[in-house]
Amino acid sequence: MSGIETAIRENNPALITYVTAGDPSLEDTEAYVHALDRGGADLIELGLPFSEPIAEGPTIQAAINRALEAGTTPESFFDLVADLETEAPLLVMTYYNMILQYGSEPDPEPFVERAAGAGLAGIIVPDLPAEEAGPLREACDEYGLDLVFIVAPTTGGERLDRIMSRATGFAYVQARLGTTGARANVSSATHESLARLEEYDVPKAVGFGVSKGEHATEIIEAGADGVIVGSALIDIIAESDTPAADLEAKARELKAGALEGVDAPEPEQP
Amino acid sequence: MSESTFGSYGGQYVPEALMPAVQELEDAYERYVLENEDGFMDEFRERLRDFGGRPTPLQRAERLSDRYGREVYLKREDLLHGGAHKLNNALGQVLLAKYMGKERIIAETGAGQHGTATAMAAAHLDMPCEIYMGATDVNRQRPNVYRMRMNGAKVNPVEAGRGTLKEAINETMRDWATTVETTHYVIGSIVGPHPFPKMVRDFQSVISEETREQIDEQVGRLPDSVVACAGGGSNTMGTFHAFVDDERSAKRSSADDSSGEQREPREHVSLYAVEAGGSSLAIDEAEGLAPNSATLSTGTDGVLHGAMTKLLQSDDGQIMESHSVSAGLDYAGVGPELSYLVDAGRVTPVNVDDEDALNAFHRLSTLEGIIPALETAHAFGYLERAHEDLGELIVVNVSGRGDKDLETVLEETEKRDLEAAPEIEVFGP
Repeated sequence: MSGIETAIRENNPALITYVTAGDPSLEDTEAYVHALDRGGADLIELGLPFSEPIAEGPTIQAAINRALEAGTTPESFFDLVADLETEAPLLVMTYYNMILQYGSEPDPEPFVERAAGAGLAGIIVPDLPAEEAGPLREACDEYGLDLVFIVAPTTGGERLDRIMSRATGFAYVQARLGTTGARANVSSATHESLARLEEYDVPKAVGFGVSKGEHATEIIEAGADGVIVGSALIDIIAESDTPAADLEAKARELKAGALEGVDAPEPEQP
Repeated sequence: MSESTFGSYGGQYVPEALMPAVQELEDAYERYVLENEDGFMDEFRERLRDFGGRPTPLQRAERLSDRYGREVYLKREDLLHGGAHKLNNALGQVLLAKYMGKERIIAETGAGQHGTATAMAAAHLDMPCEIYMGATDVNRQRPNVYRMRMNGAKVNPVEAGRGTLKEAINETMRDWATTVETTHYVIGSIVGPHPFPKMVRDFQSVISEETREQIDEQVGRLPDSVVACAGGGSNTMGTFHAFVDDERSAKRSSADDSSGEQREPREHVSLYAVEAGGSSLAIDEAEGLAPNSATLSTGTDGVLHGAMTKLLQSDDGQIMESHSVSAGLDYAGVGPELSYLVDAGRVTPVNVDDEDALNAFHRLSTLEGIIPALETAHAFGYLERAHEDLGELIVVNVSGRGDKDLETVLEETEKRDLEAAPEIEVFGP
């Protein structure tokens, strides 16, 4: 079992948090990661900013712009990661072109080698479906990194089987169609997706639109092994006067919400 | 399944949520476009004729032929309904969306030509339509915004980045990721994930199929050179496609020898893709700016908007902000098939800067009575510069008309001392 899978299974229900590295600076990111780690995050995703984030809603787009304006580069990102000491394993989330361009020729291997060297445990690539993931998969296997795949509400049939058979670490269950961003409610698609995934023995974590403790409760009740929260944390970073303290508190709220989902009585069967 | 790549270019680099839609489209492309299921292609051709006005003429340019001392022919896509080649693709895709049972159309637009073509096709085929357009482009292409609205489309300005085509595509992809089950994304060029590059090319290749027949009828032989401007590359590949195999290659002739037959040496048609040289070919890495859109000449391989292709990008992989005086060429990527044909040596990438394009705009207007789109003017800028290398018989694609560009041309002409600009006060009282 990989470090990521262990982190989820041993801390089930797990809290997975996302922040964009370099928003508003890498020094701030360092402080935020420690705050989330203290607040009970079981895995921490760090976004390496790319100029064309087609899977992100306005909140994370703005965070990426701030990070790029602050001059965040793959090299400064890896330097930060190499210095971070956290309980929670770290993952990098970035777009495929950033991974391809890291070496001198378009090739994913140099990025993966550097990511492993910096201590990252896994990679999530929002614009890389399983069909195109061969070369990155190979490099990840070689360096012992998990490649986390996204399962969308529209994913089904043979493709779902194929993705789940290749998934390592956990399956990132996209709660709804569309882009990332905090929402008021948990979507009904979440329940349907988790039901479809029940037969696969891979931990499932749900993201896209999760912002409150009660969302976490509902998602864990519906059968997930973890919840993923990003935009709600970015909002804190963008708006709070005491972001580190507020991030820690938000992590506690979400983790507590998730735990409540475990203790809750089984929903009545129809 | 159809091949999703051109050599190492192309592919399907899209978010997981879009993969089922991309595969559904692949299936529809194969059935309706490649196999003419339910008579799709027959209906498409009929509508191109009756609604679009095809075939467009191939016209001998008398004064340009005199000026250059060689035969210059113009493929008049500016005479297609809407004033640009864009309708070929928009009509094909909106019709395909109808065959697929989709209920809504979205599209990105740069210069506004693809947006207007999509809005026209959507009105013609009774489909609701929304267009995403960069805020900068909304300002520099006002007349097209009005036209889209006249046809009943909603125009959504995109404020992100420099507010041009790249940002418009990002935002359209985000809409599609949300509405994918009911909506078809009419992509405007030979870019994006498979099957878009092939499908858009197939809808546009009517340009070169007609040209091939028309030049044979009028002159009795194939042209020595075919010249087209290139942004994303849809008019380029449309103008080239039927000529790609008209190539004299060492391999082919040795194969002929071994068969023992003496065949006529195949006529060779040279293909020139004219990109926007902008104000300079240099790249400002610190600012993330490429003051040009010469992707085929200066770009490097990477992944953008669903495909592996040549890109204007930094060493780290950030996509550059491109520039051209012509909104329709202002894009940091290019169709994967063109990247492939350039690497294979079949298409020659060249570029023309803003100033030469403006001169060519004025030259074609005063010499031939045709006001070309600024995009198209780049092709004529290359003809002016390199006609001596293009052989005796040259075809240039007039991809669109320039009504939409008059304001830009006025502004840009006032800033410069252009040799080809008319001496009369065009915009005076």
